[in-house]
Amino acid sequence: MARADRTRRLSKPERAAAEPPGDRVATTTCYMCAGRCGIKVHLKDGRVRYIEGNRDHPVNRGVLCAKGAAGIMQQYSPARLTKPLLRVGERGAGQFREIEWDEALATAARWLGEIRARDPRQLAFFTGRDQSQALTGWWAQQFGTPNYAAHGGFCSVNMAAAGLYSVGGSFWEFGEPDWEHARYFLLFGVAEDHDSNPIKIGLNRLRQRGAKIVSVNPVRTGYSAIADEWVGIRPGTDGLFVFALIHELLRMERVDLGFLVRYTDAPWLVVRNPGGADDGLFARDGAGRVLAWDRRSNRETDAQAAEIAPLLVGEVTLADGRRAVPVFQLLAERYLDPRYAPDAVAPRCGIAAAAIRRIARELAVTAFEQEVVLDQPWTDWAGRRHERMVGRPVSMHAMRGISAHSNGFHACRAIHVLQMLLGAIDTPGSWRYKSPYPRPLTPAMKPAGHAHQVAPGQPMPGPPLGFPLGPEDLLVEADGTPRRIDKAFSWEAPLAAHGLLHQVIRNAWKGDPYPIDTLFLYMANMSWNSAMNPEGTAAMLADRAADGRYKIPRIIYSDAYFSEMVAYADLVLPDTTYLERWDCISLLDRPIGGAEGPADAVRQPVVKPDRDVRPFQDVLLELGARLKLPGLAAADGRPRYRDYADYIQRHERKPGIGPLAGWRGAEGDAVAVGAPNPRQLERYVENGCFWRHHLPPDQLYFKHANRAYLESAAQMGFIDRPRQIVLQLYVEALQKFRLAAQGHGPAQPPARDRARIERHFDPLPIWYVPFEEAAIDGARFPLHAVTQRPMPMYHSWGSQNAWLRQIYDQNHLYVHRRTAAALGLKDEDWVFVVSHHGRVRCRIRLVDGVNPQTVWTWNAIGKRAGAWALSPDAPEARRGFLLNHAISEMLPAGGEAERINADPVTGQAAWYDLRIRLEPAPAEAGPADRMPALVPPPGMRARGGA
Amino acid sequence: MTSLPPKRPGQKQLGLVIDLDICVGCHACAVNCKEWNNGGGAGPLSDLDPYGARPDGVWFNRIHAFETGEGEDGRTVYFPKSCLHCEDAACVTVCPTGASFKRAEDGIVLVDEALCIGCKLCSWACPYGARELDEKEGVMRKCTLCVDRIYNETLDPADRVPACVSTCPVSARHFGDLGDPQSDVAKLVAERGGVALLPELGYRPVNRYLPPRRRPVAAAASAAAETAAESAGSKLLRWVDQLLSR
Repeated sequence: MARADRTRRLSKPERAAAEPPGDRVATTTCYMCAGRCGIKVHLKDGRVRYIEGNRDHPVNRGVLCAKGAAGIMQQYSPARLTKPLLRVGERGAGQFREIEWDEALATAARWLGEIRARDPRQLAFFTGRDQSQALTGWWAQQFGTPNYAAHGGFCSVNMAAAGLYSVGGSFWEFGEPDWEHARYFLLFGVAEDHDSNPIKIGLNRLRQRGAKIVSVNPVRTGYSAIADEWVGIRPGTDGLFVFALIHELLRMERVDLGFLVRYTDAPWLVVRNPGGADDGLFARDGAGRVLAWDRRSNRETDAQAAEIAPLLVGEVTLADGRRAVPVFQLLAERYLDPRYAPDAVAPRCGIAAAAIRRIARELAVTAFEQEVVLDQPWTDWAGRRHERMVGRPVSMHAMRGISAHSNGFHACRAIHVLQMLLGAIDTPGSWRYKSPYPRPLTPAMKPAGHAHQVAPGQPMPGPPLGFPLGPEDLLVEADGTPRRIDKAFSWEAPLAAHGLLHQVIRNAWKGDPYPIDTLFLYMANMSWNSAMNPEGTAAMLADRAADGRYKIPRIIYSDAYFSEMVAYADLVLPDTTYLERWDCISLLDRPIGGAEGPADAVRQPVVKPDRDVRPFQDVLLELGARLKLPGLAAADGRPRYRDYADYIQRHERKPGIGPLAGWRGAEGDAVAVGAPNPRQLERYVENGCFWRHHLPPDQLYFKHANRAYLESAAQMGFIDRPRQIVLQLYVEALQKFRLAAQGHGPAQPPARDRARIERHFDPLPIWYVPFEEAAIDGARFPLHAVTQRPMPMYHSWGSQNAWLRQIYDQNHLYVHRRTAAALGLKDEDWVFVVSHHGRVRCRIRLVDGVNPQTVWTWNAIGKRAGAWALSPDAPEARRGFLLNHAISEMLPAGGEAERINADPVTGQAAWYDLRIRLEPAPAEAGPADRMPALVPPPGMRARGGA
Repeated sequence: MTSLPPKRPGQKQLGLVIDLDICVGCHACAVNCKEWNNGGGAGPLSDLDPYGARPDGVWFNRIHAFETGEGEDGRTVYFPKSCLHCEDAACVTVCPTGASFKRAEDGIVLVDEALCIGCKLCSWACPYGARELDEKEGVMRKCTLCVDRIYNETLDPADRVPACVSTCPVSARHFGDLGDPQSDVAKLVAERGGVALLPELGYRPVNRYLPPRRRPVAAAASAAAETAAESAGSKLLRWVDQLLSR
């Protein structure tokens, strides 16, 4: 017998207990998804040894997800590009010549300089999962093109727009549940997607405290799997479900009238003048103040005055003779309608009416009988002191399953209305704003790009993205023709606050509304998983006009990896990894602050690139200088900024306000507003690469109406004036578009858009059948098909990771057992997913945890053969599949002209609207799609990549 | 054959307690484990064909997903599985070279790769499938409970827990001495009815799993929550008389 109790020599892992994991530790910010967690990178001999969560960091508090821990394999991936490339063969053939950076930059500057001198709109600059939008958007503005956006039009603009027009914040980025006080948590349409670690940390906190977690999602995985109740809703019906909850709360008289009167527009008077140009607008006095009806004085009054007792129900006659009713009456009339009763909506939602009634009761009981009371005095906007903070402990969160539908804007608005009716906005236990939110209602920033704002060789006077408040803010020609290449802010997508990345290639290819010269993309895998209809999109990228020229004449692309998009670029600018560069997570962009206070962060280079690549932000600044863009070139023509790090420290958007809010001022002692600090980045690094400001306890809730908070927010430059932000049940801006569609005002929609605008620009939330479902024959395409984000992966760059692909290297299509049985399908059968648009082959697995009318798969695992330095026979290409192949960027051709497959309010891509049928398919025989294998560029081949 | 250390009362038994009630199946533990151990004393955890047709490699911890029940009783369960550090570890007693052993001082089961000949007898003996052969290195690999972290004085004391425990975003993983009934982990097991895996096989695994809890009963509807159905019109009339101050 060996090894009996004895003194023994230590084994290798035991000996390692005496050694530190590396020889150096550096903090920085993760980029393996959009969550932006703080990380500590242990280095050994200059290489990454171990990445862990930073315990001090406000986002992840020390934990790290699978993606974050796999960052090491992202750093050492063979799919990394090595050197700038110039295309020498056909587009898509992947034949490139390696060039030096000087040639690459000179080429790009020549191309871009020509079009800027001619017509800046000839540049379409679209960035994907870009975390430097404060820079890229400003760069586009200085270039002078309105044709700029990131990928929000694909992802979440319905959430952002619905939130920012309703409550001045939004789910995920601009708000979070009060994990420490909530007693009931309602989660809509969330798989892994946003916010990754904070939601997981929060779910555990809720569970520890015994709060009830209800997950509304057609698919029972992840968060839905551990929820106390899974509501397996039919996709695209969430809005109806929420209306039924609202109906029940109104019916039971379980709404927070006090909250509505104090904090929302519920008592604001709406003009009732059918057919008139002011019908449905707020009643205002001569000074432009919105009116309410004071029941004590029995006359009209400034709706925002403090000591009034406003009317909530009843029609009044205004001093000028017009008739008006309070918003609350319009709301109650609409949702008390029997068509929104639980019994009426249950069959369509696939949820039992009894369950809807029960959830409504639970919401009411939790909100009104289990109040959270904090002994924390605070002062409201009118200067009235309150001894306690009283909260409604019902929290909500929503994401992709709400946003990616053509009725998603209104569905998200419906959720915000539900929150307001429960009095559950920024109170203890409810959903809370992440500072620097809330922002004023209505949103202040308008998009630039009107005819008088775009001129050869000139910057635009404002940013390309913003928030239209009426038809006059649309970027259209006099005849209604869109001015942007993606048709954002046109009658087709008026509130397209994030642009329409998903329409750019098609429009550029068609020359609709006009041809462009250069398509400049960053981190946007637009010929693959970031496109609906990837095969058609790839064909458009490579398509030539009759004269032999490419229909999209020039394509510049920057990425760190050999994604499916690289082969379609004429010029490739290889980016570094996130561990090799400076970055800033800015309050001007998408901040990481929380309800307890604002925060921002940086990335610092922790390893040196071992190849000829450059940070895209450095490249963009140098290109800007070569183009002599205002603000980017100094008077002598030399670059204004040495590099991105220099820009981060010295750039000022307004006096005293720059990319980073921490340690401003020459001495580094100013918060949020102060002169540039030449040692600012040093201070960030000393502090673990992030900055946070703790709000004092009296500012932690009711931020929209909390005087101390509003004053401090104004001082920090988050809002212009410390005025109450009145939450909007009723969005008047929508009514302005509707009135235009009814023929009022100078800005008129083209005839083809008139009825669509009138129907969908309802100032109160509505529900309608998703467009694809309405356009197809339901008998031919009886099933919904959606994707879920796998927890260990983020888009296509996660699924090429050597470790993560050992978790999932192919994706099945998950089908409910009963649905499969009815179709005669068995586990592991091969099928075609067939839509109105196309088909893709895949293999099925039978499950119980899915809505029976829905099939689903993981997103972005399927890969094009040869891409990402995977071998062409990789399972991702042969057995995995991309559901996008079945999704069209256009709606099925109907009687009328073609329509984009998007939300009619925001232009959000409606890729969750997909309807399909299943057909038996032959077993695996080649790739799931029909696209030929890609060939890696020369430098990657030389290094052994694929 | 290799012997187990003699059993002593109050024997320290370090192990994991894994809460299936909150595990969302995110794989954070598995990947962080792979990362820590690949470059550490227990590594490498070799990858085979990492960018090819059959990507595979060594993992100390794998997450299995399965469904139980149907309809209203149905649920999806995520089940992380790693070495259970059995008190009567068959993988140790079966080892012909003494490479597999159980530490007397804390009960951790380890493989001394200097002695391992890669014969795989231990992986056959383990009923839990917790051991994996590193085909590149020719040695058996398994969870070490991060023995090079938990006793590592170069680390911050808060970091001296296994990597999987440190990183778990839902705090589903707990680490401690299951041999001590007064330890936090032992109390957690007692409180939540923690279970051993396949106890009937008699290997006396140390790790425990906390089963999914029964779901809370729906909040009782209070009397005030229910009012008789009435028409929208009469409902609106009632609100006309509300006197509410801003």
